[in-house]
Amino acid sequence: MAAVTLLETKGLTKTYGGLQANTDIDFILKKGLVTALIGPNGAGKSTFVGMLSGRTAATSGRVIFEGRDISQLPAHKRIQLGLAYTFQITSIFTGLTVHENVALAAARTVSADGNTLNAKVHQTLNQVGIADRADQTAGDLSYGHQRLLEIAMGLAQEPRLFILDEPTQGLAETEINDFIALIRSLAGRTTILLIEHNMKVVMATADHIAVLDQGMMLAEGTPAEISANASVQAAYLGKTVDA
Amino acid sequence: MTVARKINALHFGILLFLLICFFTLPAYHVGALSRIMVLAIYAIGLNILFGYTGLLSLGHAMFFAAGMYGLGLSIKFLGVSVVLAFGIGILSAAVLSALVGLLALRTAGVSFMIVTLMFAQTVYLVVLYFGEFTRGDEGFVLQQAERMLAGFDVTTEAGRYFVAFGAFSICLIGFSALVQSSFGKRLVAIRENEERARMLGYDVWRYKLLAVIISGTVSGAAGALYALLFGYVGATFASVQYSILPLLWVLLGGAGTTIGPLIGVAFMFYLIDASSAYTSAYMLIAGLALVVLTMFAPRGIAGILRTKVSPWLP
Repeated sequence: MAAVTLLETKGLTKTYGGLQANTDIDFILKKGLVTALIGPNGAGKSTFVGMLSGRTAATSGRVIFEGRDISQLPAHKRIQLGLAYTFQITSIFTGLTVHENVALAAARTVSADGNTLNAKVHQTLNQVGIADRADQTAGDLSYGHQRLLEIAMGLAQEPRLFILDEPTQGLAETEINDFIALIRSLAGRTTILLIEHNMKVVMATADHIAVLDQGMMLAEGTPAEISANASVQAAYLGKTVDA
Repeated sequence: MTVARKINALHFGILLFLLICFFTLPAYHVGALSRIMVLAIYAIGLNILFGYTGLLSLGHAMFFAAGMYGLGLSIKFLGVSVVLAFGIGILSAAVLSALVGLLALRTAGVSFMIVTLMFAQTVYLVVLYFGEFTRGDEGFVLQQAERMLAGFDVTTEAGRYFVAFGAFSICLIGFSALVQSSFGKRLVAIRENEERARMLGYDVWRYKLLAVIISGTVSGAAGALYALLFGYVGATFASVQYSILPLLWVLLGGAGTTIGPLIGVAFMFYLIDASSAYTSAYMLIAGLALVVLTMFAPRGIAGILRTKVSPWLP
């Protein structure tokens, strides 16, 4: 893979009291690919992406985005540089309409002109398939549609790096298939870092997989390499590794 | 009609109604409306912060007092013109709100309420401490001769009404433009979900600070105007009572609506006015009415209108 590096971490570490949530993670994210970050519950995946997006302050280590050290930048500055983040637990403006939600997401990058903004909102809602619900109050949407709205809010920012924290959690099977199609349609246009438990989604979308276990980077590789990796199987299935 | 047209029509309709009131209502109500409009500006100030940004200040009396004393003291001791004194009043409130914002915004939620309450108590005590100049609780009166606004006598019924009307019009139109602007929408976003707003790349802290400054400055302008139109400056206006009153007005009228502040002030004024005609325990009646409204209309009067009649209300 000759792709350019978009984001890199060096020695990224997070300690909560005496607990090492992330230990010394060196990680390179290639531009234009869909990278899946997998690992058992409590492996430190959310902590790791939290440190990338700036929601969680790193105990030590560096985050380099497009060649620039962003370790000291607050979250909103990192987002302004082109990171977008969708929350593991749906986080939208429940009191506002679907349209207003996406408009708030798009307004920072799209020009202030009302028509351009509306067109952008409409196009994004179409992309995730909820354009017919633009005028509904976001809090009244079904859970699946709220997840899609949150993804739309990420897309509307036209991110250079789109971090999705367990986007398919709680979705129905058909909704998951739509999500896979959506991620595939984005492939090549933006870089995606996907935290995912659902292996079907991972295998269907990821170009590259990174495995976290107990706060450490256990393995990285193509989907085929990862599924054949004995230590990954051990981490997931609890087997001991026969060396 | 587009939503923007409806909103403008509503606001101009209200202003036209207030204008007609002057020519049709008896003197008593004209006087009452002057006061209501000035206090509605104060309520608009609090509404920007509380209703739109979701930050509950329990100390807005300090901004009202900053405007009031800024104008009153500079007329009394510096002998400056009313226009300049008005500017000094507004500037005092702006500076105070910037300082309070910088410090109080290090906290959030209940702590923010307590910190603003404390700062307001400090301002109140400072007013009392410098009683030699401020005349403390007793306050001081601005003489009629000192209250000429650029050659315009604001001590007459008409003068007072039209200055209050002019100021209220500017505030209502400006307020309406503010909450419909992208800036106003971002304040609402912070109110609705601060973490989400931050993770959309908005500098939440900066928006909140601006909201505190705008809110405090508008409240201070109301304080300066009150001193000018009613000719009295006193420490009562810096007391906790005057921090709670605008909160009641906004809650009654409808937090997060443009017309709520005026409705709330008018409603409470006439509620107390009507009940005091029957009993000296008029606050009991007012209190009961407040309890009933909070139970059955927690979003206030304009809030009911928004949910039942016209969802487009800004």
